[in-house]
Amino acid sequence: MIHDALLVAAKDLRLELRSRVAINQVLPFALLVLVLFAFALDPDRGLLEKATPGLYWVAVLFSGLLALQRSFAVESADGNRDALRLSGLDPAGIFLGKVLAVSVQLLVLEALLLAGVAVLYSTHLGGWPLLVSTVVVATAGIAAAGTLYGVVAAGLRVRETLLPLLLLPVLAPVLIGSTRAFEAALAGTPSEGWPWVGLMGVFAVLYVVAGVLGFGPLMEES
Amino acid sequence: MTTQIAKGSQGRPADGDDAGPTSTGSTTTRVLGILTLLGFGMLFALAFFITPADANQGDAVRIIYVHVPSATFAYTGCFLTTLGSAIYLWKKSQWWELVAYAGAEIAALFTAVTLVTGMLWGRPTWGVYWVWDARLTSTAMLMLLLLGYLAVRRLPADYSVRAKRAAIVGLLLFPNVIIVRQSVTWWRTLHQTATIGLHTKMNGLMLFSLFFGFVVVGVFFTWLLIHRFRVAWLEEQVLDQGLDAAIAERRAEGSAATSGGASGAGPVVPPNLATGEASP
Repeated sequence: MIHDALLVAAKDLRLELRSRVAINQVLPFALLVLVLFAFALDPDRGLLEKATPGLYWVAVLFSGLLALQRSFAVESADGNRDALRLSGLDPAGIFLGKVLAVSVQLLVLEALLLAGVAVLYSTHLGGWPLLVSTVVVATAGIAAAGTLYGVVAAGLRVRETLLPLLLLPVLAPVLIGSTRAFEAALAGTPSEGWPWVGLMGVFAVLYVVAGVLGFGPLMEES
Repeated sequence: MTTQIAKGSQGRPADGDDAGPTSTGSTTTRVLGILTLLGFGMLFALAFFITPADANQGDAVRIIYVHVPSATFAYTGCFLTTLGSAIYLWKKSQWWELVAYAGAEIAALFTAVTLVTGMLWGRPTWGVYWVWDARLTSTAMLMLLLLGYLAVRRLPADYSVRAKRAAIVGLLLFPNVIIVRQSVTWWRTLHQTATIGLHTKMNGLMLFSLFFGFVVVGVFFTWLLIHRFRVAWLEEQVLDQGLDAAIAERRAEGSAATSGGASGAGPVVPPNLATGEASP
């Protein structure tokens, strides 16, 4: 299962390196969202700096959605879905591989967005242990839930509109938790943030387990 | 009655309305329907005329006799969806899949009633329709989660595709509701105390009315569930029969075309021209 997961993750990441869709389209979109927030909220009143945690995670969710759509769009062409089924790879391995590939892309995205808010919103970053733990746990949750709901929506004509409707309400706890944890880290009161990291950890574990168990049946149908 | 439907759903329904519903009503639902109507009449009288207004909330308290039962049965419907989805995934029972679907639709209706009555209560009590209270927010999220499930269940796709994907979403529905509720509660209580802290002292008659509201809404819920289940079952039957009819039609066409070609001693119109197909 782990071996299969690494194979699938390596394949997806190789695809991304060669096609450069994540770098050429998703990343500029994420930066665009940061700029749009500055247009929407008056940058002179310090609102941007105060709202940094929320704005940051909304930007991550929206651009993460694009990365997830992309992760399943590459499987829909040329009957790749069937090819994956026929490949004899463990469905749980395929799921974990997809989660891993999406997580790596999200982590790169999040690191660059963090630099983006530090520069554009002049937010002073601090509380690094909590900040990094939040990013890692939230990413695992977003990638696991996103991959599971992504395959539910995959291969349908309505997938672009269906995935956000399915996924964003489910990710509400991650958005709440990551935003609160970031606030605590930036305010220098990390003890308030750790319970949220725990909640997001539970969320990530739940979705990884659900995906490992549910991916097989979902892959079986055509 | 339920077991009879289960039997019918596994194969073609035998004739007679015992094997599978041919209408959405039965003696049971008629009784339940009449009980619902009578019950709502009684509840109306209890809520508006017999019970007194509350000392703190005034007449606004009367909405609680519908609001609280609706919320409870919204969660009941949601739980039925998760239960039905789990059993469908486990045993491939279409009966439970349809229970899950019917439960979700009715849960969405009851959630909408809860939200609307809650907002109507909030306006005179708080002065605004909406506050970001933990309960309000999590009820709104419940509505969105239910709409997501229903969107998947109503996909324009084969029954097996729709049902399986919806069942995965349905299976996660109740765990999601719990996690969202928990996170929203933490979120709000860390910053402020719960907004709904109006401790109403309910006298015996008011408590009875609330209890009676639970019974009436519960009967209404059951009545809706049976009807919705039967409509869903008939819908799937119609789809199956439509497909069978279409296949039979195509077969008939095919055999007519080959027999026409075999007899072909110079027909006036060649068959390939008649069917509009390109000649080989």
